Amino acid sequence: MVKKRGITFWLSVAWIALVMTCAVGAGFLPLPAPDQIDWACLATSPDGVHLLGTDNVGRDIAARLFFGARVSLTVGVIAPCIGLVFGSLLGVAAGFYRGWPERVIVGAIDVFLAVPRLVFLLVAMFVFGSGLPAITLALGLLCVPSFARMARANTIRFAGREFVLAARATGADDVAIVLREILPNALMPMVAYALLVMGYVIVAEGGLGFLGLSVPAPAPSWGGMIAEGREVLERAPHVSMIPAAAMFLTVLSVNLIGDGLRGWMDDRESQL
Amino acid sequence: MTVSDTHLLTVENLSVTIPSSAGAVRAVDRVSLALERGRTLALVGESGSGKSMFCRAVMGLLPRSAVVPGAARVTFDGRDLGGLPRRELAAIRGREIGVVLQDPLSSLNPVIPVGRQIAEPMRYHLGLSSARARERAVELLAAVGIPQPEERLGAYPHQLSGGMRQRVAIAMALACEPKLLIADEPTTALDVTVQAEILNLLGRLQRERNMAMVLVTHDLGVVAGRAHETAVMYAGRIVEKAPTVELFTRMRMHYTRALFDAIPRIDDPPHRELGAIGGQPPGPAAQRVGCPFAPRCWRAEERCRTEEPPLARDAGENHSYACWFPLSQEERP
Amino acid sequence: MRFLGGKLLHLVLVLLAVTALTFVLLDVLPVSVAHEIAGQGATPADVAAIREQLGLNDSVPVRYGRWLAGICRGDLGLSLYSKQPVSTAIASHLPVTLELLLLAQLFALTLALPIGIVSAWRADSKLHRLLGTLGFGLASVPSFALAVVLVYLFSLRLKWFPATGCTPLSEGVRVNLKGFVLPALSIALVEWVALMRVLRSDMIATLQEDFILLARARGLPDRRILLRHALRPSCFTMLTLFGVQTGNLIGGAVIVENLFALPGVGRLLLSSIFSQDFPMVQGCVLLIAVGYVTVNFVVDVCYGMLDPRVRREASGG
Repeated sequence: MVKKRGITFWLSVAWIALVMTCAVGAGFLPLPAPDQIDWACLATSPDGVHLLGTDNVGRDIAARLFFGARVSLTVGVIAPCIGLVFGSLLGVAAGFYRGWPERVIVGAIDVFLAVPRLVFLLVAMFVFGSGLPAITLALGLLCVPSFARMARANTIRFAGREFVLAARATGADDVAIVLREILPNALMPMVAYALLVMGYVIVAEGGLGFLGLSVPAPAPSWGGMIAEGREVLERAPHVSMIPAAAMFLTVLSVNLIGDGLRGWMDDRESQL
Repeated sequence: MTVSDTHLLTVENLSVTIPSSAGAVRAVDRVSLALERGRTLALVGESGSGKSMFCRAVMGLLPRSAVVPGAARVTFDGRDLGGLPRRELAAIRGREIGVVLQDPLSSLNPVIPVGRQIAEPMRYHLGLSSARARERAVELLAAVGIPQPEERLGAYPHQLSGGMRQRVAIAMALACEPKLLIADEPTTALDVTVQAEILNLLGRLQRERNMAMVLVTHDLGVVAGRAHETAVMYAGRIVEKAPTVELFTRMRMHYTRALFDAIPRIDDPPHRELGAIGGQPPGPAAQRVGCPFAPRCWRAEERCRTEEPPLARDAGENHSYACWFPLSQEERP
Repeated sequence: MRFLGGKLLHLVLVLLAVTALTFVLLDVLPVSVAHEIAGQGATPADVAAIREQLGLNDSVPVRYGRWLAGICRGDLGLSLYSKQPVSTAIASHLPVTLELLLLAQLFALTLALPIGIVSAWRADSKLHRLLGTLGFGLASVPSFALAVVLVYLFSLRLKWFPATGCTPLSEGVRVNLKGFVLPALSIALVEWVALMRVLRSDMIATLQEDFILLARARGLPDRRILLRHALRPSCFTMLTLFGVQTGNLIGGAVIVENLFALPGVGRLLLSSIFSQDFPMVQGCVLLIAVGYVTVNFVVDVCYGMLDPRVRREASGG
């Protein structure tokens, strides 16, 4: 497996690095502004002036792609972190103390999962205001329940293990046991899971953008670009396909990296 | 009378190697044996000695990755199993060879009523109607000693006790009236009190139906009085083989002696330490130089570590063994 | 039966909690409904009157209680704008959602079952690895991106299916189905991968079991072993996932419904949230939650049918 992981894993890392570079360097590259309209070029194919062509209203696709990457990456990185932090807190509390805190938390998770996601997202964005921070926060909160479930299951699994009992026998208090014995073990699989969630969140942000609910126009987001491109889909499919491909490759890379890390951690665990 | 007339099953030079990350594992190593109709052969050895893999090789159910070197020849009822097309092989497996495995719970499909499981091979191989197969299933359940067999037809495996499940598994194996029954550790997973019942049941059924049986076990105590012939396996090889009475009275192998000493006896003083065999069986891919048992054998000498003893018999006797320094008269139990 | 009774009670509790939570969530929205209804140039008094008339001045618990009481009478309320009964609006959007959902899940199972089985059966082959890679790739495609590609290929280029719109069933089953193929495919092509994966891994585990070895020892053909003996004990995880997916599709296929201009519940919900048509949103949420818990309930019942061990727990209590 190790040999097989090699090339696809590193290609994925390279692609993510490329996207990050583009996102960070978007402002410094010699590109037109992402909302600058070139009336002479409506939905043109890639050429010397417009590296990846222009969209249906004459904006530079490359510039919009790079600025859009900022949105996807910001959401993709921060939202899972929010989910990881709050989810772990809730899940570890539920799994460690059991009893009524567990019942309350598990019940809350069940109810939360049955609320239509769209309702939650839209309400959350109304409350937090539109814009990147609001979207990130809303998607981050959306991830909390699944992380909490996982943290709870892992905590229960490890809380009964010998090394925890040993720590308790030596007089360690609850906080010390959770921090030193349980968290380091329970967190490992959750970090790998966070990469999976990262792919999911990027897709979810894309979906919001597709519905025109992500960052407000004219700021670019990949989902929005795909949606806008549909107007000229027949004549100039690249306007939709380029951001779609970028999104696909990014999500695929994130998933492949997560898969690679999981395999690596499984190997480590089996050696323990 | 030719050989194939008396012998139901003959195995010549059968080896099985399984590739693994640590190198090829010789699970079965140059095993040859023959079994006559209606008789019982016991295969005895520790876990990992290749008994189960041998059975799977005979049934043609080896793991996909397993390799059987070409010199092997398995003949069943006069037919060379190696040369048969898949379909015919499957038909022989289903109709003429029955199998009972160790764990009766995992041997039965948890989501299918036992009656249907018993009837299935009869409907498939013998072409019985569903009503006829049902009747036969009732007969079989009665034959293996299950009370109220009609009511048990609709039961699921989890609703039966361990001993009952093993009886059902035996009924399943007998469904098509096989000529050979392979029982792979049939009592290991059962309560001690049930073990003897099941073994006696197997013996009775075998006599009634004139089946041949390969009885696989790690417990030499099970063999006494139940098998006509006993073969002791170690590290994939047969290391000693003799008629059972002969083996018990005149065993030659130190390994066999150790297995013998591991049998708990009713007349043992209480709290006697069981005669466990020191050390471990050789690791999977251990380089085969010398006698594989040498590292654990108290009698081993330099020759044992450098030269592998062949499986040979003394002149005029039906007792073969593979040892440079066999047990002397005084060392036998 | 006690097992089912407990489940039902649990379902009712979840429904109450979800709808109450939605009430609270919606309450935090800046309410401008009365302003909008009153129109421009309305005096504060007009707005206050409208608020009074719609009952918007009452507290959340009072409004929730009133809404629950209405439901007990079979009354979901009226849309704030069109004055159409919420139940009528939902009833007109539900068939589209259900058809989409059924077709999508049908496609997903059609792909997942055979491919999962074959790939578990040949777990060490090239085919297995190829399918694994293909599935991994497909699972990374956002369904709306896939939908755009499908529209481009099959609608604009090949002209096999319409790109948008929904023809009523009354104009012929063929035409109607044609409109649903691409939307259902864009959902199914992403969803089947997960189904296939869990089926495959459970099935690989089942195929290691002694009873499969014995079935082979009894000379049964591979086909029969796979379908009769291995499939049923292997499909529980897949069934659970299938339930979750199906539940999510009730009102969750917003993007696909939007993209193909299908008048389903998802679109109704989206537009109601935008216009802050609370009774309509509440009705949709109720429907979605009911659908979600019903599907999970059905899945639990299916467990009992597929696995006699669960059945015993259920009846034995």
